[in-house]
Formats: sequence, structure tokens, C-alpha cells
Amino acid sequence: MNALPQSNATGTAAAGTDSAYVRITNLTKRFGDFVAVDNVSLDIRRGEIFCLLGGSGSGKTTLLRMLAGFESPSAGSILIDGFDMSAIPPYERPVNMMFQSYALFPHMSVEKNVAFGLEQEGLSRDAIRRQVGEILDIVKMGAYGARKPHQLSGGQRQRVALARALVKRPKLLLLDEPLAALDKKLREHTQFELLNIQQRLGVTFVVVTHDQEEAMTLGQRLGVMNHGRIAQVGTPSDIYESPATRFVADFIGSVNMFEGKVSDEGTDFVRITCGELGCEVRAERTVTCARGATVWTAIRPEKITIGRQPPATDPAGTEENAVPGTVREIAYMGDMSIYLVQIESGKLLRVTLPNTTRGADRPLSREERVWLSWHGSSPVVLTE
Amino acid sequence: MAQLSRAAGRRLVAGVPTLWLLVLFLVPFLIVFRISFSEVRLAIPPYTPLISFHHGTAALEVHASAYSFLFTDPLYVSSYLYSLKVAAVSTLCCLALGYPMAYAIARSAAATRAVLLMLIVLPFWTSFLLRVYAWIGLLKNNGVINNVLLYLGVIHHPLALLQTDFAVYIGIVYSYLPFMILPLYANLEKHDPALLEAAADLGARPWRAFLSITVPQSLPGIVAGSLLVFIPAVGEYVIPTLLGRTDQIMIGRVLSDEFFENRDWPVASAVAILILLLLVVPIMLFQRVQRRELEGAK
Repeated sequence: MNALPQSNATGTAAAGTDSAYVRITNLTKRFGDFVAVDNVSLDIRRGEIFCLLGGSGSGKTTLLRMLAGFESPSAGSILIDGFDMSAIPPYERPVNMMFQSYALFPHMSVEKNVAFGLEQEGLSRDAIRRQVGEILDIVKMGAYGARKPHQLSGGQRQRVALARALVKRPKLLLLDEPLAALDKKLREHTQFELLNIQQRLGVTFVVVTHDQEEAMTLGQRLGVMNHGRIAQVGTPSDIYESPATRFVADFIGSVNMFEGKVSDEGTDFVRITCGELGCEVRAERTVTCARGATVWTAIRPEKITIGRQPPATDPAGTEENAVPGTVREIAYMGDMSIYLVQIESGKLLRVTLPNTTRGADRPLSREERVWLSWHGSSPVVLTE
Repeated sequence: MAQLSRAAGRRLVAGVPTLWLLVLFLVPFLIVFRISFSEVRLAIPPYTPLISFHHGTAALEVHASAYSFLFTDPLYVSSYLYSLKVAAVSTLCCLALGYPMAYAIARSAAATRAVLLMLIVLPFWTSFLLRVYAWIGLLKNNGVINNVLLYLGVIHHPLALLQTDFAVYIGIVYSYLPFMILPLYANLEKHDPALLEAAADLGARPWRAFLSITVPQSLPGIVAGSLLVFIPAVGEYVIPTLLGRTDQIMIGRVLSDEFFENRDWPVASAVAILILLLLVVPIMLFQRVQRRELEGAK
């Protein structure tokens, strides 16, 4: 690639941990007419866990495969630690991947699988045996070295796949849906263990997942992908609390969304008239939007309070952000309950409440008339 | 009731091939086995009976002379060894040619794959004998190959291609190549491409990845294909008779000559039994590998 941006990137990469360790610039991948990855630019920092989150066909896996070197970009570049990866084949990249299927070699024992990568480097037998032993202990598979992959459970295979990738001490570890093949109980356990191992070894992780829960718990930063583009990059709470687009708001968690028009604006607030909601919404001003512009208001289910009485008017004396409705459905989830409340326009709102007291009757029953209200900081105003 | 009929159905399905093997393999084998332990005589049938009656007493007549005869005449030992050599060389040639072909078919797009497989099977649409005869036309002194080479000026005297080991190898490799390709293809087609990616990801160059991942995993296919070529090649009769040397014959030809020229059924049967014994070892090997593959698949 051209020399200028590369030397620039090398300079910044050496500067510190906050700078881009992996720099993806204008990366595009086309398969025939289909654009799988569309002009993506992304910086990944040294030692972080970066999660690429998106639905199927969003381009996240193609992006990962380009990082590993299995697909070559149609345009754009990938720099890892300042080095251009364009002409580097997968077997020479300082990158290792944990495959979704784990791709363990079925004819080799666990030890042989883990040793395979080191054998390619031409290490001595003793060094290989020592390193394989160390990494198998880290993933708690030390006792299973002689087993064949088909003699292991799903969780054990996952650990072997992780060990096999980590033993190469990669600059970058790519994980393709690392927890997808595990059952729910094992997933949670493995999630925390992955975090633990990552911190211990300080390897930069790039995780691809379609599971938002997995992304939120694993990722220090997330990149939400849609139609081959990055829709938003941020910390899990950034993305959850301040989604940039309707797609992101809807993709991460559940959300109640209303279309409306800006009716009034102040220095720190906007007022939005929502036909569907049947009331005005007063929201904190987070985006620039002119009066009369069409915007969307997004409110998370847990940020709505539910009560039998209309809420006390706020100190300013306005009766905003409160709307009456009828409870239509209650779903008891154990730790919390989901209420579907129908407001006068006919729209159903999703409200969640934690079940804080044990054995108590549910505070509300079906078909009960209730008031929904929320704080002015809760709604997120979205312009696209 | 339903369970009963299902069990009966299962017995029927397993029973038909069992009966088939029993009647058409085991019984003929026992007949041949029994003839091999008799002596030749001028009668119909042309061998001594197993049980003979003398003055009202029955006597069991077992002669091992046919077997001992095989080891007194060097013709038989050398034919056996020559057959093994021809079969082994042909099998290796088939493997060397068939593996890349099977690999290419397994890696090709689904639509092309069907066409390529069709092309592999296509020669079977013509008679086997006809195809071997066609090789005579190609290989003989004034055949197609020699004429083309003479015309191009590459050679000035026709090459002696026919009635050589080379011609036998060509004939066997040509005829049996599909039996190598098809089991190899069936195996290679099942390979998970992610395994090769994983190997590349771990630092293995393509050639290393092929040797340490693809080859070991295709071992059952290699063994199946090799045996499907090796076993019939050992007893091959038509190809060496039509294309091969006249000074060194293969064991299949010996067998046929003993039966039809010499009318020495006991010796012919002993030859057949010894071919079978030679082939038992590779067949058992085949079954072991197959069993291991079944276990691995679980």
C-alpha cells in the first residue's frame, strides 16, 4: 500500500496502548455483486476485547476472515501492529483464530492438536512439550492430553481450541462465535474464564458474535455491524444507553420506539410530539435536530416505571412523560417480570420490573389500569 | 406386532445378501477347496472323489500333491511374485493418478462435481474387453502411438510397447482407476475445509497442511481404493493375456491354463486357494481400517 499512511500508523502504534493496534482502513469485500463488507474503518486497541456484533449476513464473519487472511480484501487495508497484512498469507500472520466449529484435528490427540502450531515454528521437542503443558493447565485440560477430540465434551473441545490458538502467543486472537456451541450454564462460566485468560495473557481479542448478551459481557468495546457497515462503535453501556441509530437501539436489548416530531426545543431539552404515544415526550437534548424534524424516541423497558396512580407532577409542574394504559400480558421470568401494557393508541409498550420480594403476589394483574412514566433522561432521541 | 414385522423385515434385508454370499461364494469356495485336495484322473469329473469305496469300506482320500507340486515347479512361484509386483506397481500408479483427481473433484463446485464424476464412470458404458482391445490398437508396432511418434520424427524405429510390463500397467491402471478415485472421492468430499484453514492459521504452509491433515484423514479412502485395485489386479487375466509378456505370465493365466489346457483341476484349485490366502492379509487390513473409520465417525 502507499507509504505515507503506513508509516504514520507505525508511528502511532508504537506510541501507546490507546492507539490503534489493529487499524482497518476503508476495508471492502465483494463476492460478485454482493458487498459483504462495505468500506469499514476501525481501530482496535492493544490488549482489549473487541466484539463485532451483528446478525447473519452483516459481514462480521467476512471481516474476521480477512483479519485471519482467509479472504483477501477487495479494497482497503489491514495493519496489525503497524505492519500491512495485505500480502501476508494466513500461515505467516501473527494472528490465530478459534473457529466456531473449533476445527480440532480429529485424528490427533489433544496434545498433538495444541502442539501442531508450535511444530510449524520448528521448536525443540522439549520446548513444545513444556509450552503445551503450560497452556493446557491454563485452560484446565492438563489431564486430557491423550484424548482424541471425539472423546471430549463440547466445553472441553472449546478449551482445547482456545489453547491451540493461544499457545502460538498471537498478537491478535480471533474468536468466531466462541460460546455458540455451549449450553447456557456453561456459557456463563466460560465467558468469565475467557475474560480471565485474556487478562492473564494480555492478548488482544476480536470476538465475532450474533449474541448481544455474549458481546456485552465479553467485549470492552463493541462494533455493531449491519449490511456490511459498522453502525456504531462504543463500550457496551455506550451502545446500550446511547444507541446512535434505530437499528442499534433495536438490535441491542429490547426497546420501545415511537416516531414523532420535534415540537419545542430548549438549550438542554427537546419536546417531541408522538402520535402513537398520545402525549408529548420531554427528553434531554443529545442530538441536533431542528423544530419540525421527524425523530424517533427510544425508551428501554426497564427505564419505565409502572404504577396504579398517575405520577406526581415533577417540580416544574409539567405532566410530561406519563401515559395511562392497560396491562395485557405478564411474563414471569424469575428475576424479573415483563409487562406488555397497551396505551390508548393501541400500541403495546414493554416494561420490565425486577421481582424484589420473594413469594409476594405480583404487584399488578392483567387487565389492570396503570400509569407508565419515565424520567426525562431516559428517552433517547434518534434522527436516523 | 409392528415390532415383530420390523424385526422380520430387518432379518429379510440382512438375509438376502447373506444367502447370496453363502450360495455363490462359500459353497463354490468349499467345492474348490475340496478339489484342491484330490488328484487328477481321466474321468468325469477329472479328479479323485473325496470318499472312495473299496470292498465295502469307505475311505477318506485327501491328497496334498497339488500343493506340493506348486512348489516344485518354479513357474508357479514366479507367477505369484510377478502378479504381486504387477498389482503393487499398478496400485501405486492408480493412487498417484487418482488422488489428485479425486481431490480436485471433491474441491470443485457442486455442479461441476456431478459432471466430473460422470466422466470417471463413463468408460464403464463400453465393454471392458473392447476397451482393452482398443489399447492393442494404440500400443502395437504399427499402432496409433508409434505412427504418431514416427510421423513427428521423435523416433525412427517403432517402440516395442505391446507385450511388455508397461502395456500391462497401462491396461490395469486405465481399467481400475475409477475404483481408486471413487472411494477416495467419497472420503475427501467429507473433509471439513475449516481444518485446512485451522492448519494454515497455526502456521502450516499448504503442502504441510495437506500432508499432516488431509492425507492422514483420507487414509481409509486410500486403503479402500488401493485394495479395490490391488485385489482384482493380482488375479487379472484378460489384460496381461491381451497386452502382456509371453515369457512371464500372471497367476490368473496360470489358473486358467491349468483348468482348460491341462485339465488339471486339483492343481488349478490349489492355485486358486493360494491366491485367496495371499489376498486374505490385505482384505483383513481393509476391514480393520474400515472398522476404525466407523468408530471414529461416532
